[in-house]
Amino acid sequence: MWVRIYALLIKEFLNLLKDKKSRFVLIGPPIFQLLVFGYAATYDLNQVPIAIYNEDASIASRDLIARFNGAPAFKEVLRITHHEQIAPTLDNKEALLIVHIGPHFSRDLLSAHRPAQLQILLDGRDSNTAQIALGYVQSVLSDFNLNWAQQHNLPLPPAKLEIRAWFNPNLESRWFIVPGIVGLLTLVVTVIVTALSVAKEREQGTFDQLLVTPLSPLEILIGKAIPSFIIGVIEASFIISMTVFWFQVPLVGSLVPLYIGIVLFVFAVIGIGLMISSLAVTQQQGLLGAFLFIVPAVILSGYATPIANMPTLVQDLTLINPLRYFLIILRGVFLEGLSSRQLFDQYWPMAILGILSLSAAGGLFRRRMY
Amino acid sequence: MNNSRLRLFGLIRKEFIQIRRDPSSLGIAFAMPVFLLLLFGYGVSLDARHVPVGLVLEKVSPEARSFSAAFEHSDYFAAVHFADMRLAQQALDARKINAIIRLRSNFSRQLYNQQSAPIQVIVDGVDANTARLISSYIQGSWDKWLTHFSAQRGISVSRPIILEPRIWYNSALRSRNFLVPGLIAVIMTLIGALLTAMVVSREWERGTMEALIATPVSVREILLGKLIPYYLLGMGGMVLSIAMAVFLFQVPLLGSLWVLLVTGTLFMFVTLGMGLVISIAAKNQFVAGQIAILVTFLPAFILSGFIFDIHSMPPAIQSITYLIAARYFVAILQTVFLAGNVWGIIIPNALALLLMAVIFFALALRRMPRRLE
Repeated sequence: MWVRIYALLIKEFLNLLKDKKSRFVLIGPPIFQLLVFGYAATYDLNQVPIAIYNEDASIASRDLIARFNGAPAFKEVLRITHHEQIAPTLDNKEALLIVHIGPHFSRDLLSAHRPAQLQILLDGRDSNTAQIALGYVQSVLSDFNLNWAQQHNLPLPPAKLEIRAWFNPNLESRWFIVPGIVGLLTLVVTVIVTALSVAKEREQGTFDQLLVTPLSPLEILIGKAIPSFIIGVIEASFIISMTVFWFQVPLVGSLVPLYIGIVLFVFAVIGIGLMISSLAVTQQQGLLGAFLFIVPAVILSGYATPIANMPTLVQDLTLINPLRYFLIILRGVFLEGLSSRQLFDQYWPMAILGILSLSAAGGLFRRRMY
Repeated sequence: MNNSRLRLFGLIRKEFIQIRRDPSSLGIAFAMPVFLLLLFGYGVSLDARHVPVGLVLEKVSPEARSFSAAFEHSDYFAAVHFADMRLAQQALDARKINAIIRLRSNFSRQLYNQQSAPIQVIVDGVDANTARLISSYIQGSWDKWLTHFSAQRGISVSRPIILEPRIWYNSALRSRNFLVPGLIAVIMTLIGALLTAMVVSREWERGTMEALIATPVSVREILLGKLIPYYLLGMGGMVLSIAMAVFLFQVPLLGSLWVLLVTGTLFMFVTLGMGLVISIAAKNQFVAGQIAILVTFLPAFILSGFIFDIHSMPPAIQSITYLIAARYFVAILQTVFLAGNVWGIIIPNALALLLMAVIFFALALRRMPRRLE
């Protein structure tokens, strides 16, 4: 039996690797995507264009503007002088926000009775960016307030917040996103390789040739699963080393809990890929099936948006998504240094998903075969 | 000329018969956008509500209770009390709560002592974006409590400047309002490219393309014969998506529908043209499909500005985003839906789409082999 499987393995690897284009698809795009997405996918604001409308020519207002210009999150691209300029600036997205200092700013600031008002006009089209920008504005302003209070001997507020972030003290979203890309790319490559493997043979008629060999359906299934498994694990390892050495994301935990996760994840994903493959008659169907799995799996994984924000029903749906568990493992090991014991609750659902999908694939395989 | 039209008509008819007999293209054009939009529309949200936070009041004084009430009665938080810091930390490690707010036992005393009583806040920073949102929610609640508390006790709080934010276009900051229009662009990129990439490479693989080349139809007619049927299918999917955005997800459509349809047409041309180029280059479905997925879905998802702000990316990456058609369409969609017909945004982006469409068609025309090998 093992000799036969071994022969099939060699055939599968030759099939995948001998064609230059297929080989390239396995290696080129993942590297490119990791590099591009690793830098692009960030929620941190950096050099966001802002406009300033200062109607109060005073030292205080100039000091405040200097603070905005000094913040790396912002870049002043426009100085507004008339009220009519406000609407087109925001409409045409020339600036994400406008800092409006009114004519009574310094008068109010120096008077003890009422606080000076700082108006911020924000483009809310992208509400997430708007909220983050508002947070940055708030911190510029509280720095100014604290400084001003100290300089003018004003009483301090009765209570103050001391916020600290654990596991990612500077709240760099890259530390969160890049380990996620490991899961994302491993998923895409593994699913596509497995989902198309059987469909391709069926469409080209070579599947019939396989059927007249002494190989049993189970052996064919194993022979199709192992190459994808090896490719998936190698792909994941490669991206992890890029994450650590290129993007310098700290790997706090150890490799053992990480690799238990990788093995189980690839196992579950292959089961699903083979399930798609045994249902598909043509490669187009196989690809479509792969897609109909990959896209929801990415969206409902917590990769870009938190699962906790989804409606309860959709949250329940994420429980059958292997990527959901794998992302927790990746981020847990990378940033929090979780051990395999702490990650047990993430391991077993993937193992069950793998067993279920592989048996389903096996069943479908047999049925389609005869 | 008449003959040419007749030949083109014949090709289009052939394509529609093929679509009817193998409905997988219909599935791509209509079932996929509905399915994806439902999934994304409900699945993707950046609005954190009822964030679980742990409160540790080391001494339950009236002041501490008034502070914790601010969190108990807020829509943003679901407050959970913990007896001590150790238990709260365990809950944070187990991801049961996202933040811990701790009032030390001397909180009330320090409040009245002009010492600025410190309130310790620990946020789980693994998800940096959520962590940042949560800290600003906490800051907001704290600020409101402080104002209320000082007014009640007659303590003067000096706040030299107060912030007065005005949010335009999407004043409730509802993330669905910008995500759903953006999703239409992401989904249609995928569908347009898949439609043509798969059908043309299938003809190559099955050898029927050679049969076509051997007939009197010209290369241009073959391309148009592929393009027109799939354009109609793609636009059907687009209209369906827009209708879902407006009626199902209740995204306000301030601009006009015809602007969306015209720019949508340009966008469909780009994605269909891209699919054609991919299929001509790859000539087999495995590679064509892989490339179509790799160059459409993830780039459109990550590099289009639909969810990650383009201005904040490094300059090298920003220049790559100019190659992503979805970038232009996302800008148009978000503006037309939420801000109205702002020509300053619509025209430049539409021109960019037009340019991309022309380039892809020129490439397809040039690259399409004219003879049998």
